[in-house]
Amino acid sequence: MNGLSKWTWHMMAGLGLVAFLSIHMITMHLDLILGWFNPAGGESLDWANVTARGKQAIMPFFYVAFLGLALYHGLYGLRTIIFELGIPKRMARLTTILILIAGIGLFGLGSFAAFHFASVAASTGAIQ
Amino acid sequence: MNDIKQQGNRLGIIGWLTGGRWGFERYMYSLHRITGLGILSYFLLHIFVTSSRLFGARTWELVMGAVANPVFKLGEFAVFAAFAFHMLNGLRLILIEFGFAVGKAEEPVYPYRSSVNTQRPLSVIVIILAAVIVCVGGYRFFFMH
Amino acid sequence: MTEKATQIRFHIRRFNPETDTAPSWQEYQLDVDPGMTVLDGLHQLKHTQDMTLVWRYSCRMGVCGSCGMLINGRPGLACNTQILHVTRTALTLAPLPNFPIIRDLVPDLTEQFLKHRELKPYMIRPDTSEMQHPTGEYYQTPDDLLDYLQFTYCIKCGCCMAACPTLATDPEYAGPQPLAQAYRYSRDSRDMGYADRKPSLTADHGIFSCHYGSECSSVCPKGVDPARAIQLMKRQLVLDYFKLLRKKPPCKTLGPNEHAERKANIPAAPPYTV
Repeated sequence: MNGLSKWTWHMMAGLGLVAFLSIHMITMHLDLILGWFNPAGGESLDWANVTARGKQAIMPFFYVAFLGLALYHGLYGLRTIIFELGIPKRMARLTTILILIAGIGLFGLGSFAAFHFASVAASTGAIQ
Repeated sequence: MNDIKQQGNRLGIIGWLTGGRWGFERYMYSLHRITGLGILSYFLLHIFVTSSRLFGARTWELVMGAVANPVFKLGEFAVFAAFAFHMLNGLRLILIEFGFAVGKAEEPVYPYRSSVNTQRPLSVIVIILAAVIVCVGGYRFFFMH
Repeated sequence: MTEKATQIRFHIRRFNPETDTAPSWQEYQLDVDPGMTVLDGLHQLKHTQDMTLVWRYSCRMGVCGSCGMLINGRPGLACNTQILHVTRTALTLAPLPNFPIIRDLVPDLTEQFLKHRELKPYMIRPDTSEMQHPTGEYYQTPDDLLDYLQFTYCIKCGCCMAACPTLATDPEYAGPQPLAQAYRYSRDSRDMGYADRKPSLTADHGIFSCHYGSECSSVCPKGVDPARAIQLMKRQLVLDYFKLLRKKPPCKTLGPNEHAERKANIPAAPPYTV
């Protein structure tokens, strides 16, 4: 990817995150005010709500798309800030590699957690 | 040129935050950076914490209990506030950087009006909306259980 | 009616490369009349108090771009800033930050000029023979002109570069002045060099290190608005990325009017000397 596509997708990911993160924040922090996406009622982080959401087929895809966008947007932003510190070329290349490894690793972990949880929730009905 | 000894005068990181008598868009720039870094560091931790659901209900409640103390709650509210600002200001920046909010080139006639004036209403809207969201969120965080 | 002079304390950043290891502050007192510019004040100080004071200036009227300096913490031209407009008590003068100091208030702008050159701030066209030996004029409408005219008023004083937060840490960043000029030429209906400038624009430390701190535009003493030029340049790049950029129609050449008759008493033009 050249600088232009990297930056353009950074912006696009930002736009996507506005939608995803708004849904996430409404679910998590306006649970007692709006109560959206909390089928069991009450607080969003009650286990009943977590599993109820986990059983919906769309959830793992939502999580993975969300995770990918957030990681890309956040880590590209971090890279930009580090680059602007005026570090030498070799350090800059090292930074890019480290950030790339961290991004792929965290994306793997998060996606595995999302899909594994969804499959367990689907097979057992409810997790105790 | 090379035989003149020169004194470097780059402002360094201090130039990101201060550096003079700046307009308030400049402070929004700094705040965007700080909130971005804050959200990112929370988010990286967040991936590990939420992945704990892999180990079932008991671990989940255990981890949730560990992060339920007031310090974490305050931190979470800070992240919520940062999210509100970063999202709205990010939308403003996208409008600006894709060239929608900076206006067209015009003949500079004194007193000069620049793109800063063109986008100023957006900055004001961002600050007001962010304040509203932070207040609503703050009510949920600290006064509802 | 003449108003009474106001006594102003000048704090001036001094640095002499032959004797000093670091810049230091020096204080002066001066009676300032209404209408007196910072440049006038510096002249007055040099004539009456300290002849070792050094700054750079040339035109004294906001055209040459030599006397950019940090006036009360804000980059501006000494020649078009009136002292009593910015202060009633104390005035702080320092060389423009983000540039090396040559002496006292004189910054070294070489870096800016090199970056400016990097972005090819000149007309690029394939028809070099027409450019060197024109047979007519390149046709341009007044609207085409207005699209970039604002950005041609740049005098390269370096005020925007001193105000830029990215340049405060990143010496490789191109900076507002060169980037604005890249847009000025890419936008020009006669220019065809956008593709040539694109690689340096989109490289790391290129145009995407601008995050709209917006300060370059508010300090610009000529109303050039570099931040606007940079954002419009980004818009063009993004449209280009999504293949939405409308192709610029090639610029027509207008030859001499064939129907015009030459008056008998006008002598022929002298031969070309270059």
